[in-house]
Amino acid sequence: MRQPLLRALALSAVVTTLAPAQPRNFDNTQEHLLPVQGNTYMLAGAGGNTTLQVGKDGVLVVDTQYAEMAPKILSEIRKLSDKPIVWMVNTHIDQDHSGGNAALAKLGRGPGPGPRIIAHENVLNRMTQRVPNQPPVPDEALPNDEYGTPQKDLFFNGEAVVIYHMPRAHTDGDSIVFFRRSDVVSVGDIFTPDQWPAIDLARGGSVEGTLDALNYILTLTVPERYQDGGTLVVPGHGRISNEADVVEYRNMLTIVRDRVQDLLKKGMTLEQVKAARPARDYETEYSERGLWTKDMFVEAVYRSLNGNR
Amino acid sequence: MVSTNRTALPLFLLGAALVAAPLDAQVDFTGEWAPLYHEDGPERGPGPELADYTEMPINDAARMQADSYDADRISVVEEYQCRPHGADYALRGLGQVRIWRDIDPASQRVIAFHMHFLAWDSERTIYLDGRPHPPADALHTFQGFSTGVWEGNMLTVTTTHLKTNYLRRNGLPRSDQATLTEHWTRHGEYLTITTVIEDPVFLTEPLVRSDNWYLDPGQHIGIFGCEYAAEVPRPAGTVPHHLPGTNPNLHEFANWYGLPFEATRGGAETLYPEYRSKITSYNPPGRCTRYCHCTSLFNCNVDSR
Repeated sequence: MRQPLLRALALSAVVTTLAPAQPRNFDNTQEHLLPVQGNTYMLAGAGGNTTLQVGKDGVLVVDTQYAEMAPKILSEIRKLSDKPIVWMVNTHIDQDHSGGNAALAKLGRGPGPGPRIIAHENVLNRMTQRVPNQPPVPDEALPNDEYGTPQKDLFFNGEAVVIYHMPRAHTDGDSIVFFRRSDVVSVGDIFTPDQWPAIDLARGGSVEGTLDALNYILTLTVPERYQDGGTLVVPGHGRISNEADVVEYRNMLTIVRDRVQDLLKKGMTLEQVKAARPARDYETEYSERGLWTKDMFVEAVYRSLNGNR
Repeated sequence: MVSTNRTALPLFLLGAALVAAPLDAQVDFTGEWAPLYHEDGPERGPGPELADYTEMPINDAARMQADSYDADRISVVEEYQCRPHGADYALRGLGQVRIWRDIDPASQRVIAFHMHFLAWDSERTIYLDGRPHPPADALHTFQGFSTGVWEGNMLTVTTTHLKTNYLRRNGLPRSDQATLTEHWTRHGEYLTITTVIEDPVFLTEPLVRSDNWYLDPGQHIGIFGCEYAAEVPRPAGTVPHHLPGTNPNLHEFANWYGLPFEATRGGAETLYPEYRSKITSYNPPGRCTRYCHCTSLFNCNVDSR
């Protein structure tokens, strides 16, 4: 029983390596600011996408990339607003989405208390777990407004902001953030339109939970005109999207899930399933990110369907 | 008023003619255009046969996605029910088109063409004002982002930022990384648009096709109208597809037309005349029973004889 667990932990380590803890040189990495719609913007730089919501009340930041990028992120924020960062949300624990918490909170705070950092309680629990040979996460980088309910909401910059917990998706601490007036949903790594889904089994992720989350996102999105426009989706990585893009991604994951399930029913081992290449028709469409490979994706689907074995 | 200066009028006319001469040979494509379906009628009217991949320079990934395709998907997956044609396929589908243009009042140059299609009321704009294409992370749309340049009397249009769509309506996919190049030419009352699709995800060579329209000033394009509805009760998230090796329809097309199965599988090699020498088992049916007189949308029926 130990070997599967070790493999699962190894997979998790790879997912974590997507967001390496080691300081990297971001000197030549630029932030690209794109308007999404309404009050919202997307920043694409190092790591995951950052979503910004700006207005009279201040700035709300969804995902903070790496600490080293904080000055560049703030520089882009200042092109939109001179108000302080009031809220920050982590869609999940990965360091390329939460690594800038402390640095950005320090740089972007106003004269009052610093930003409230919202995340699902599972993110906080995992961040505060001691990892051998690694320093603890400093307090100022931790979520200080965690939630443990299915959803949390607030009203900011003239619109309702609803944060939904997506259980057992990419991890067990995933949140999506729905800006109701802007009609934009920021979904973290549950949806990465041109990359293989990263399913972090050791951190509580699962293929079924990821599909449930994608199908839930599709209940929030409403296209404006025959699948164009309408509710826009900021993915964890990649381009601004809408419902039609989420559908294609959901379809791919559903089809690969069904194929792996079929091979499992036939009694195939993991090695046999990998050899069958159940995702081979998507290999030119979806790319590998960091160390997360196509084979790791197939393995995660297999293990997720096979009770993490 | 009578002119008293007999030399002034010819000079004025000469000047007017010079001023009215085409700027960069700007041809006017505006008008109501009715499609001609003499090319690929069965595919464009009633729809392609399942597993007909002929004339397609597809790779193995595209072939496998199409083999896995179950046509129930367009009704069971509600989001597909009103999914429009992409800019490339829109030119081939139910293709009544209205084209109009924007003219910059200061320069009198054409700065944009607009198109409205019957199918899904789709509209697109082709910018001729030199603007750049959006950044890579910008939203993709079904019509994409188009810019045009004049090459003599021909308008060449480049479209990027397309959403995932289809090369053929039998599940052959076209990716969101594709670039569409169009060459628009007008011959009197006929319009020809030659398209070149380059898709690094699903094609090994560019796919070149052409479509034709005739000017039809009396044409009225109605409202398409499409509304999502749960037509087939299924569990949420159901995506109909065939598991590898289980699609029972893959041989239908080859069997109907007496073609060797391999010849129906597409791929760049099958596009070239040399491929004929490799076909050794072509046994056409003794009597035509499918799409025998397919010259327009209205006589293109399976049992037309």
